[in-house]
Amino acid sequence: MITFDAVTFRYTEADPPVLEDVNLSIAEGELCLVVGATGSGKSTVLRLVNGLAPHFSGGHLTGTVTVGGLDTRTHPPRDLAGTVGVVGQDPLAGFVTERVEDELAYSMEQLGVAAPVMRQRVEEVIDLLGLHRLRHRALSTLSAGEQQRVAIGSALTAGPRVLVLDEPTSALDPHAAEEVLAALLRLVHDLGVTVMLAEHRLERVIQYADSVLRLDADGSLAYGPPAAVLASSPIAPPILELGRLAGWEPLPLSIRDARRVAGPLRERLRAAQEGEPLSEEKPRFRSGSTETPTSPLALHARGLQVRYGRMTAIDDLDIDLLCGEVTALMGRNGSGKSSLLWALQGTGTRTAGTVRVADPPDAAVGAGRGAGVDPVTLAPDARIRSIVLVPHAPADLLYLENVEEECREADHATGAAPGTASATLGRLWPGVQDSVHPRDLSEGQRLALVLAIQLAGSPGVVLLDEPTRGFDYEAKRRLGVLLAELAASGTAVLLSSHDVEFVAQVADRVVVLSEGEIITDGPASVVLTASPGFAPQVARILRPLPFLTVEDVRSTLAGAP
Amino acid sequence: MLSAPAGTTTRLDANFDERGFRRVSPHPVSWWIWAIGIAVATTRSPGIVSTVILLAALVAVVWICHERSAFSRAFPAYLALAAFVVIIRVVFYVLVGIKTGGDVLVPLPRIPLPDWAGGIALLGPVTASGLLSAVSAGLALAALLVCFGAAVALTNPQRTLRILPASLHLLGTSAVIAMTLAPQLVESWHRVRRAQALRGRALSGRRAVAATTVPVLEDALERSMALAASMDSRGYARVHGGSSRAVIALLLMALVGAALGTYALLDGSGPRVLAVPVLAVPLLVSGAAAAIVGSVIASRRIATTTYRPDAWGARENVISGCGVAVALLAVVGPAILPQSLAMAGDDPLGWSLPFVVCGALAIVPVLVAVRR
Repeated sequence: MITFDAVTFRYTEADPPVLEDVNLSIAEGELCLVVGATGSGKSTVLRLVNGLAPHFSGGHLTGTVTVGGLDTRTHPPRDLAGTVGVVGQDPLAGFVTERVEDELAYSMEQLGVAAPVMRQRVEEVIDLLGLHRLRHRALSTLSAGEQQRVAIGSALTAGPRVLVLDEPTSALDPHAAEEVLAALLRLVHDLGVTVMLAEHRLERVIQYADSVLRLDADGSLAYGPPAAVLASSPIAPPILELGRLAGWEPLPLSIRDARRVAGPLRERLRAAQEGEPLSEEKPRFRSGSTETPTSPLALHARGLQVRYGRMTAIDDLDIDLLCGEVTALMGRNGSGKSSLLWALQGTGTRTAGTVRVADPPDAAVGAGRGAGVDPVTLAPDARIRSIVLVPHAPADLLYLENVEEECREADHATGAAPGTASATLGRLWPGVQDSVHPRDLSEGQRLALVLAIQLAGSPGVVLLDEPTRGFDYEAKRRLGVLLAELAASGTAVLLSSHDVEFVAQVADRVVVLSEGEIITDGPASVVLTASPGFAPQVARILRPLPFLTVEDVRSTLAGAP
Repeated sequence: MLSAPAGTTTRLDANFDERGFRRVSPHPVSWWIWAIGIAVATTRSPGIVSTVILLAALVAVVWICHERSAFSRAFPAYLALAAFVVIIRVVFYVLVGIKTGGDVLVPLPRIPLPDWAGGIALLGPVTASGLLSAVSAGLALAALLVCFGAAVALTNPQRTLRILPASLHLLGTSAVIAMTLAPQLVESWHRVRRAQALRGRALSGRRAVAATTVPVLEDALERSMALAASMDSRGYARVHGGSSRAVIALLLMALVGAALGTYALLDGSGPRVLAVPVLAVPLLVSGAAAAIVGSVIASRRIATTTYRPDAWGARENVISGCGVAVALLAVVGPAILPQSLAMAGDDPLGWSLPFVVCGALAIVPVLVAVRR
């Protein structure tokens, strides 16, 4: 269905090729997963399939790409619209109309499909993807998962035989992601649509893939059955890492297969645990506010309420953050996570309630000292020394010409010693050049820069909104190391995330939010194993044992006799 | 429901919700005809009371039938603008208006300006009749504004653009995108401002503007690129051949015909047969013909289709019929009705029976267009 014949692609003559001499052939009805680190060319491969590269993005293509028998060199994207459907990472950015039904029909209108056929196809797609309740809604009022399903639907109505998706679930919470993936699987199984899917979070999709296309940093490429391609890969979901650790052969890809072979491993772990209780190495939060916390309070909020007009985002919420603890905030899209972070920091709306953070280090010694201070009452330059927030679009914070100026400005604003921010950045992400424009950094580097800027005033509380969006495994690992360092130095960290595996690695405590209320608040090991929706892969495989990460398993096995 | 013929089920499904209420508001064109009809009527209004009756009908209909969109929320702004127009007109009358005789309301002194000012005097005694005619003239202009505002508030501009002929398809699409992007730009402006406040130092002056503008523009650019890529991948402009010169010439002719014809129609002083201005008819007819021919030629070159075009039914007939009836009654009514019925004397306030009927007719759409 899709063939690459000796394809080499580069964006400009001067650049090294993104892809070099690629030959591959993807059969009809196959679900092909495209994996690779950030910048390895995943998006380029997808764009080559529908002709956006080189027709839209520019660049030099040698060799031929054919889709359904059409050569993309002679067929620009608009001619391939009936053959290839495209779904991007941010569905809202690609919507042309206002209502769901109109959006579904848009492609067919452009292709000049007759009205009765259009109606019939729209109905079919509505049934197929379960969009019935949404059909008359305005696109902007849909949740992120619903928007993504509509985007898939509107790519489908033109009747394409190939569907290309670039990180369709990266902005979605676990349940919405499952919904989207279930819809995709239906297309593959019921309609025989060929699907090419790029994804960072392999744990979500690996079990559904028929084949994997792996792009390595050096420009080489591997294509084949998932287990074979990923067996030796540095990029691997936890299920594969666990399989390698346990020496399972063949490597299981689904939770079901893994559980069936995990019996002996569970026995070994149980035996090891009895010999030595697990809890010693990581100081985990002891659940509930009735017990006295082990560390001093870094932030104390009571009766917090956030309202926008008539809508209540946060309702009468109490939360405490402890020094040296990493807390993860989880919950559906739109459950109030961002509102909570902004309200705590003091820049965002707060309709009612109190927030107290520890005084900035240089606050005047007076009557109120020690009781804490409300961040709202602090001047912006004092606030940044006690509580900081990294928003989910960190690039919004950057406005200077290069990295060096940004760092200097941060030192200046916080009154830190010159070079503080720059040194932090060097530790977070070695090798970022001072002269680079912030916009030219990768997502990971940009987040590191913003973190370095925000940390210059050594605040006691750090809030992060969706820090791992668009991160590959390596970038997430670095961020995890950094957060552990911050916590070790006594900083309280609160981060919102949809990424269960990341949370399992870094968080001591998990708070689950729903419709502006705290539903669950407890140690990560308890919360993450309790609900199947939020459980990481290792926990699902080893249930009922309380293991969250492959690292936990490895250290327990190493400690056992 | 599934057993019914396919056409009827989908139509029902699209136009009614589960409880049988109309989901889709009336065809936008019907509202425009209605609003234009009332606008024509206001130009023939004999005075304040008649105009106010029509205005009241407009406001009532908008209040009851408006769409829930940003554009309907702008209606109060049109009303404010209209009020402003009236006030300005009155202020000008008091300041520099020519004061004729009559009952003096406020005996202001008259301050003659030097000769080079052309004999204009400042202030002067304000009379009741002068004030009334100033308000009346102001209201005439204000009423046109309100008519336009009402049509915008009652229709969804995106739906209105959808019914543009295929020849204007590309134009319509760009307009739709511009309308979607504008709120997004505002939203990203707020987002960036808020994010930069997090850095702990309030920027001011030129630096602040640059610091906010750059990320916002970058955002807009990225969005536009994403949208363009999406539209390209979805077949936009695939079968478009470009506009030809003949089409442009014909459309220009249509525009000129429409403009001159409308002027002739609304201008009460030109020659007329049976109260209908003589010049208006041929101009309007030839303009419309040019528009239709141009559109047909242009549409042949474009092979897009429309999903579920807006239906024109009984209620659309009622709404547009009301507009046409109001216009006809206002233009022809005073001429053919007996003098005693048409004008209740030479009332300075502008009482007129035909306009009371016009107001009643103008409000009729409320009965057929159910609020969503």
